[in-house]
Amino acid sequence: MNLKEYIELVFTDYTLRTITLGTAVLGAICGMLGSFAVLRKQSLLGDAISHASLPGIAIAFLIIGTKNSSVFLIGALISGLVGTFWIRGIIRKTHLKSDTALGLILSLFFGFGMLLLTYIQKRPNANQAGLESYLFGQAATLLENDVWIMVIVTSISLLILLIFWKELKLLLFDSDYTKTLGFNTKFLDILITTFIVIAIVLGLQTVGVVLMSAMLLAPAAAARQWTNSLSVMVILAALFGALSGVFGTAISASYNNLSTGPVIVLVAGVFVLFSFIFSPQRGLLFREIRFRKNRRDLKLHKTLSFMYDIASTHENITHPHAIRILNNFQGFTKKSLQELEDKNYVKIDGNMWSMTEIGYKTAANLYNQLTNSKDE
Amino acid sequence: MDTAIAVQVDDLTVAYNYKPVLWDIDLSIPEGVLMAIVGPNGAGKSTLIKSILGIIKPIAGSIQIYKKPYKKQRSLVAYVPQKGSVDWDFPTTALDVVMMGTYGSLGWIKRPGQKEKKASLEALEKVGMLGFKNRQISQLSGGQQQRIFLARALVQNASIYFMDEPFQGVDATTEKAIINILKELRKAGKTVIVVHHDLQTVPEYFDWVTFLNVKKIATGPVKDIFNDDNLTKTYGINYKVAINK
Repeated sequence: MNLKEYIELVFTDYTLRTITLGTAVLGAICGMLGSFAVLRKQSLLGDAISHASLPGIAIAFLIIGTKNSSVFLIGALISGLVGTFWIRGIIRKTHLKSDTALGLILSLFFGFGMLLLTYIQKRPNANQAGLESYLFGQAATLLENDVWIMVIVTSISLLILLIFWKELKLLLFDSDYTKTLGFNTKFLDILITTFIVIAIVLGLQTVGVVLMSAMLLAPAAAARQWTNSLSVMVILAALFGALSGVFGTAISASYNNLSTGPVIVLVAGVFVLFSFIFSPQRGLLFREIRFRKNRRDLKLHKTLSFMYDIASTHENITHPHAIRILNNFQGFTKKSLQELEDKNYVKIDGNMWSMTEIGYKTAANLYNQLTNSKDE
Repeated sequence: MDTAIAVQVDDLTVAYNYKPVLWDIDLSIPEGVLMAIVGPNGAGKSTLIKSILGIIKPIAGSIQIYKKPYKKQRSLVAYVPQKGSVDWDFPTTALDVVMMGTYGSLGWIKRPGQKEKKASLEALEKVGMLGFKNRQISQLSGGQQQRIFLARALVQNASIYFMDEPFQGVDATTEKAIINILKELRKAGKTVIVVHHDLQTVPEYFDWVTFLNVKKIATGPVKDIFNDDNLTKTYGINYKVAINK
C-alpha cells in the first residue's frame, strides 16, 4: 500500500479509518495535556510515567493470560500512577533532586517490565505474540473499542480543562500565589497529573512505552513558538498532535507497517523543527533577520549622529564637509554613506558631504528616541 | 497602644529537614504600619512571610489575622512573591497576570468578567503600566515585572499586604514609584509588610521594623529600635559605619 492508496482507503476502509481517528484523537489529547506538562517543567515526568507503565502491562497479561488492550490499560495506569507517586515521594522525603528520582524510577520500572516481558516470551503460550509491540507502538492493533475510550477520555479531560481553566492557569504560572488565594493546589496538581498519566497510558498501544513522552512534549514545544497566549497554545498543541498522529500513521501504514511510534514522533519532530526555525516571533530565522537589521540600523544611526555632531559646529548645518573626516569613525563604510544618501539624510558632492534638513532633524531626534524608548 | 493588631504570630517554628529556619517567633504587627523585615541572607525573612501565608507548613505556632485564624481571613491578605519565583516566559500578558489577583474573590470555577477587568486596568494604571497591558510578560523589564506583581496584589483589595523583596533588581525610578504606592496604602489604613535588604533606606521608607535572624531580635517603631545595637545583634558585625549618616 502506498501513500496515495492509503488516503483513498481512509475514507472507505473501516479499519484504517478507526486507526486514523484513534491516532488523531490521541495526538490531540497528548498535545493538550502536554502543554501543561511543558509549562510546569515536568517534561521528564511523562517519560518516567510511560516507562513505569510497562510492568503493569506485563503483569496484566500474566494475570489474564490473553491480550486485551482495555485490561492492559488498567494495568499500565496502576503501575504508571505508582511510579508517579514514588517519584514524588522520593523528591519529598529524600535530598535527591527530581532528575535523579525520575531517572531512578524510569529505569527501575522499565527494567522490571523488560524482565517480565522476556519471561513471558519464554513461556509456551501462543497468545504472547505482539506484546512487545507496546515498546514502540503498533497503531494497526487499535480497535474501535480503544478509539471510543480515547474519545471519551479526551472529552472528559477537555471538560476538566474548561471548568478549571482559571485555576490551572494560575497554578502553572505561580503555585505559591495560588495557595494564598485559597485554592487547593494539591487537588489541582493531582488532577492535572492524573490526566497526564491517563493520556500517556492511552498512547502506549499506538506510540509505545519508549517514545510516548515525545508525543506529549513535541506538539506543546512547537505550539509555544507560535503564540503568547495559553489558550491558543493548548489548541495549537492539540492540532499539531492530531496532525502528527494522522500523518505518522499514514506513513507507517504505507510502508509495510513500520512501528507507528517512531514515525509519529518523527513527524511531530518535523513540526518542532519547523516551528523553531520559522515562527515569526520566537523562531531562529526571523530573530536572526531582526538582529541583523537592528545592527545595520544602529550602525547607520551612529554614523548619522557623528555627522550631526560635525554639522552642528557650523551655523549653516548644510555646510559641506570632506568625506575623509568620516574615515576615523568606527562603523563608517561607503555603503552606509550611500544608504544615508538614499534616505535623503545627506547629500554627496564629489568627496564632500553635507547634511540635509531632514537628516539633521532625524539625527537630533535619535537621541530623544533612544532615551524615551528605553525601558524604565 | 490601642490600635488593633493586624497580624499576630505566636511560637512560630519552621524547619527544612533538620535545620531550623525560624525559631520560636512571636510577633505582633499593629494595623496601619509600613514594616520592613530585615536580616542577613538565610535569616528566614521569606520563610516568615510564607509561613504566615500558609505556603510553608510550620512545625509549631499559630498565625492570627485580626484575631482569627489565617485560613478564615484570606481575603484580607495580599501577597507579592519574589519576582524570580515564577517563569516570566509563561505565555500570558501583563493584564492577564494582574487579573489573577481577582481569582481569589471569584472563588472556584467562576470566570473574571468586566468588573474584574476594570479593577485590573485601574491597578495597572496605579503602577504606571497601563500602556503595557497587552505586552507579553517576558518582554517586560525587571522593574516592570515587579510593578505587574504589585498591581496584582493591589487588585486583591486587601487590608494586609505581604511583599517579598519588591525592590530587588529595580532601578531608582521604579523604587520611588513602588514606595510611593506603599506609602499610599499605609495612608489608606492598610498594613504593609516588606522583606527588605537595603538598610540605608529603612528609616526613610518604613515606620516599623522587625529584625530577624532565625530568632526574632527586635520589633517596633523604626525611630525607637533601628539602632546600631539591634543591627549588630542581627548581622553579627558592627554596623555603625553603614548607618551613620
